[in-house]
Amino acid sequence: MSTISDPGAGNDGFRIGMLINDTRYRSYTFQFLALLALIFGIGYLISNLLANLAANGLNISWAFLGEPAGYDINQRPIEYTSQSTHARASIVGAINTLIVAFLACISATVLGIIAGVLRLSNNWIVSKLMSIYVEAFRNVPVLIWILIIFLAMSNAFPQPRDFRGDDPVASMWFDAVAFTNRGVYIPSFVNGEGSGIFWLVVLASIVGVFAYRRYARSLLYSTGRLLPTGWPSLAILIAPGLLAFFALGQPVSLQYPELRGFNFRDGIHLRLSLIALWFALAIYTGAFIAENVRAGIQAISKGQTEAAAALGMRPGRIMNLVILPQALRVIIPPLISQYLNITKNSSLAIAVGYMDITGTLGGITLNQTGRAIESILLLMLFYLIVSLSISAIMNVYNNSVKLKER
Amino acid sequence: MSDTHAQTVAFVRETQIPPAPPPATETGVIKWVRENLFSSWVNSILTILSIYFIVRGVIAVYPWFANGVWGTSDLATCRQILDGATGACFSVLQDRWRQMIFGIAYPDDQYWRPLLAFALLLVCVAPVLFSKLPRKLLILSALYPFLAYWLIWGGTIMIPIMVMVGFVAGYYAFTWAERASGFAAGLASFVVTASVVWFIGGLISGAMPGFIALQEVPSRDMGGFMLNMILGTICVSLSLPLGIVLALGRQSSMPIIKGICVVFIEFIRGVPLITLLFVANVVLAYFFPPGTNLDLILRVIIMITMFSAAYIAEVIRGGLAALPKGQYEAGDSLGLNYSQSMRLIILPQALKISIPGIVNVAVGLFKDTTLVSVISMFDLVGVLRGPILSSTAWTGIYWEAFGFAALLFFVVCYGISQYSQWLERQLRTDHR
Repeated sequence: MSTISDPGAGNDGFRIGMLINDTRYRSYTFQFLALLALIFGIGYLISNLLANLAANGLNISWAFLGEPAGYDINQRPIEYTSQSTHARASIVGAINTLIVAFLACISATVLGIIAGVLRLSNNWIVSKLMSIYVEAFRNVPVLIWILIIFLAMSNAFPQPRDFRGDDPVASMWFDAVAFTNRGVYIPSFVNGEGSGIFWLVVLASIVGVFAYRRYARSLLYSTGRLLPTGWPSLAILIAPGLLAFFALGQPVSLQYPELRGFNFRDGIHLRLSLIALWFALAIYTGAFIAENVRAGIQAISKGQTEAAAALGMRPGRIMNLVILPQALRVIIPPLISQYLNITKNSSLAIAVGYMDITGTLGGITLNQTGRAIESILLLMLFYLIVSLSISAIMNVYNNSVKLKER
Repeated sequence: MSDTHAQTVAFVRETQIPPAPPPATETGVIKWVRENLFSSWVNSILTILSIYFIVRGVIAVYPWFANGVWGTSDLATCRQILDGATGACFSVLQDRWRQMIFGIAYPDDQYWRPLLAFALLLVCVAPVLFSKLPRKLLILSALYPFLAYWLIWGGTIMIPIMVMVGFVAGYYAFTWAERASGFAAGLASFVVTASVVWFIGGLISGAMPGFIALQEVPSRDMGGFMLNMILGTICVSLSLPLGIVLALGRQSSMPIIKGICVVFIEFIRGVPLITLLFVANVVLAYFFPPGTNLDLILRVIIMITMFSAAYIAEVIRGGLAALPKGQYEAGDSLGLNYSQSMRLIILPQALKISIPGIVNVAVGLFKDTTLVSVISMFDLVGVLRGPILSSTAWTGIYWEAFGFAALLFFVVCYGISQYSQWLERQLRTDHR
């Protein structure tokens, strides 16, 4: 009883034409073709690669990672000599990348929030200044800013020998910080006996501040009682550390940089390349974050502010309890991508000679060993892992501030 | 009532008091200053601080501009003229502007060609940017890529003409075959027809290399700001179609196609552009058949296009996701197939929403073209860092040179972003 107008229902037979004309099978056909094209494409590229490698007498091998690198790295967060392996050089570079990315992310966020809020200020001159800042930095390549800051610092700062003599040309700030054209020297901590306990106390008081604020907030939400947060946080932050410091007999002291011979010794040496990269990334990305913050605050309708004001809240509380929690929802997704941008842009380190992973693995190691494919593959893998981890972490945070919808 | 009132009250004023002028603090400049600069003590402090910094900045920068020296041929002479005073040596711009704009190797007597090409760019891109202009002008925009190629790279005009003829023939084959048997067949016949025409055209233009020919300029001679503009324009225009395809693929219901697109997009977005440029510089050549020798500039264009396509795909995906589901269902219920409903209903709306995002990607990409200086191509930054700052005449100069570079980029990028904001206002159809 099958009817002609009902194809497929009565005739369960499969015809070859249905692969193209029947929507049930067509997607399989397309996917099969796409897969086939992909396999053939990749196969073609790999066969070209193998042919080219064979023609040039090369091969793919990872043995170079275990060989001595033979070059120096000027910023060594972990132990490294020129006799260390290429793998260790890459790890040093990776840590350097993470250092500058971390510093730049924090400073860019602070800068961006300040600039974004001030841009909405009702103070005309301040908001105009902030828009000049945002437009000037957003519309010029970050590479140019990195180079300008680097060159300006290395030309404007005095040489170390200018600090010498009875009547020196240059002098240190508070006898503690020296700006030279080889870098900035700041005091370092010297950990004496019992310093471990001191640092533990400091760490515990930072955790304590967060715990106290959390407690205050939950108290506010459950009972409506307001606890002061300003001065207690400050007290929790400072008092235990101060007490521990004197109770343990001042276990931690500062060691100031000191001019000895031709250069400064002791203290922490921040190289100009690090500072230029850090500042340029922070200022550049700060301009973008400022725009995100401004857009986030403006996305909250004015009625929210007015409703909160009608309930009798003070402006500070309106910002903290009504506007910011809602604005954060809008701000955080673009903020994540700005953090990713900072991490990726930190690879511009190569332009000022900061030894990040692009400078070690993708620069000197690649040039010395000629292992271009392997090095670049590893380099991409590193950035991929970092990018994916940052977005994973920030997505968890994003979910925690997201609007809980039923 | 009024009578009794008149008897109890001694005096009633019969005319209104003329309105008094508002207090001096509530009008004009004073009111504006009070409201905008000194509304609270925090604001007052901020205002005074800002004014202090502005004044300090102007005092520091003004003599630098005012004492600017023009017309010297090296830095030492300039410093001599300044004699210790603060001042800029703008003569580096005067001395080296050709290298900054056109690169080191572009022939001097041919500068009119890139200049003409970029003047034409402004004309030909206008009908795309401003929908109020007559639609016929779009023909100009379609002609432009071929004309620009001929102007900048030179050679016989037959090559771009033949490429264009291939596209036109392919387009007619596409419309004919699509009407007969669907989109896929149309695409196939486009590819076949265009390839045939290009093959024949290659023979023809190979036979007459001198036909209306301009002096040929090899790619490696491109440089300076011109290179940034070339890379930016080409890569943005190439990555748009690729980005649309990737975005549609990512929205597709077919898991394999979606998977391919997701992996490609996330991979590209997860790595910095520099690593992709390294690939273009040292690795990409390995993936072509042995013996092919691609220009570095072409390899860079391939990688930057892939890079920006991934970002544009994400922007367009946002536009696709923002369309209400009813639009897709409307397409289906009209009996349109996938390619028809995409081309006629979905994409026009989705692209309209994504224009501001696409423009942002384009601005970012244009700024990122400076990264090619890292793989030793002589774009604007590369020319500054290489031949200019390391020449004996100008070593040690940086503010003037990099300030000029920053200004060039600022003008272009700020212009584009102002356009994007204008467009956003034009396209805003809700009432706020």
